[in-house]
Amino acid sequence: MTTVETAIGATKTMVLNMGPQHPSTHGVLRVLLELDGENVVTAVPDLGYLHTGIEKSCEDKTYSQAITLTDRIDYLNPLGNNLAYCLAVEKLLDLPVPKRAQYIRVMMVELQRISSHLVWLGTHALDMGAMSVMLYAFREREEILKIFERFAGQRMMTSYIRIGGVALEPPTGWREMVKKFIDAMPAKIDEYEALLTENRIWKGRLEGVGYLPAEQLIALSTTGPGLRAAGVNFDNRKMFPYSSYEEFDFDVPTRTESDCFARYLVRVAEMRESVKIVRQAMDKITDHGVFKAEAPGIIPPQREKMKTEMEALIYHFKIFTEGFSPPPGEAYAAVESPRGELGCFVASDGSPKPLRVHFRGPSFVNLQALPFMVKGQLIADVVASIGTIDIVLGEVDR
Amino acid sequence: MTQLVSSNANVVVEQLRSWRPSSVTQVVEHRGATTVVVPKDQLREIAQFCKESPKLQFNLLSDATCVDRFPIEPRFELNYQLVSIPLRQRICLRTAVSGQQPIIDSLEPVWPGANWLEREIFDLFGVRFEGHTDLRRILLPDEFKGAPLRRDFPVEGER
Repeated sequence: MTTVETAIGATKTMVLNMGPQHPSTHGVLRVLLELDGENVVTAVPDLGYLHTGIEKSCEDKTYSQAITLTDRIDYLNPLGNNLAYCLAVEKLLDLPVPKRAQYIRVMMVELQRISSHLVWLGTHALDMGAMSVMLYAFREREEILKIFERFAGQRMMTSYIRIGGVALEPPTGWREMVKKFIDAMPAKIDEYEALLTENRIWKGRLEGVGYLPAEQLIALSTTGPGLRAAGVNFDNRKMFPYSSYEEFDFDVPTRTESDCFARYLVRVAEMRESVKIVRQAMDKITDHGVFKAEAPGIIPPQREKMKTEMEALIYHFKIFTEGFSPPPGEAYAAVESPRGELGCFVASDGSPKPLRVHFRGPSFVNLQALPFMVKGQLIADVVASIGTIDIVLGEVDR
Repeated sequence: MTQLVSSNANVVVEQLRSWRPSSVTQVVEHRGATTVVVPKDQLREIAQFCKESPKLQFNLLSDATCVDRFPIEPRFELNYQLVSIPLRQRICLRTAVSGQQPIIDSLEPVWPGANWLEREIFDLFGVRFEGHTDLRRILLPDEFKGAPLRRDFPVEGER
């Protein structure tokens, strides 16, 4: 990969290679640290160990086929990736999505946000030496994955959100299942907080660590909990609502300290807000109704229609062999992923395959702030800062 | 279809036009999003104006990406997604870069966050950014030949 030439100081600095196989870099991130004693002089992240060329592969797939690739970008937030991509393609097509499908999307994406924050909380606590939190967090995540399995047949790479709606009607008994989970969740979050928020070691490791002022974070294009922990109330769900988020009543948690501890508090508060949104979404989703838009030639027809109507059969065949061709143009859709603004840029030249698909991964952009966060701090603080930026290497490298 | 709007569609275009009439080549309104096509040689000044003008305040560069329109010339099209957090605005700046001389002014002096976004474009498209402090490959290995996201680069890779 990229060779990094670190400017080695006159006498007493040394260069330490952290990663790409370091457990606390959450994947294959390599950071070159120039150290003066145990203090970081410069940190140079080196990426690309997980580059799989997803954007190039998308150009060789039809619009519907590319959805399965989007799952694999940010593997802790596959539904969010599906949503960003589908919103962009729907913008290109000018395709309205039925309200019921939008609410199902919101519910799934918010469950995904909880599960992503749980993985973050568990692994970050593990990095900081608190083993037990991981076991609790993964216990609840398992319940969310079970819900996804019932909805989509898959636990992680669900591809559940499709162009024009969602893949399947919610399964029988979904309401009880989701309700049982969200009724239990607030008490579970209290449990994590009881383990961590007043914990002296936890506070000692996180308070005052990885500080950056809000202006600098904005200049570095940081979004998500990292920016909100610096007091900037920027959340795409509120600022530029998509998928009917404007109909939901929730708060955007912010802090002003802008250190690792504030980022932790923001994420925990976000989990509570997500529980609120899921509850509202459940009330909005009616028992009967459509789960995808009606658009012949773009959205696969219902199975029953295919057996009785000839047009439906033809459309089905055409969609799965040739695909559909959106009119030429470009669309950019941004959603609020658990890590920040997840943008998807799709350009069409009028053919059944996209001319360009680009993902603005929040992990990739947020990671830029790392060298500035850790300057002058200890190696242990580098681990804390990488953790609270919450990177997913699948998204950083794509 | 892409609609061309010649009138001052919104305040951003108005501001840009009154600041410097030559700064806006074209305004594209597509599905509720405004894209301002700007001349390549004025890009950095326009970006600076968008960031600093009190009526625009585009303080966050959200995304920068490139589209290769090969074999149409100028083949590269750069898209910058700007967000104004105080004014709740979004806009896209677009400019074209030729394939013979893929060089353009870097926006890193305006938004330091452009650093990695432009390195990614340099890495995958081979577009060079003038005034970038650290222009080297970011995702691919240094010894990699070619720019894989160009349309004339085969999906299976060079054999």
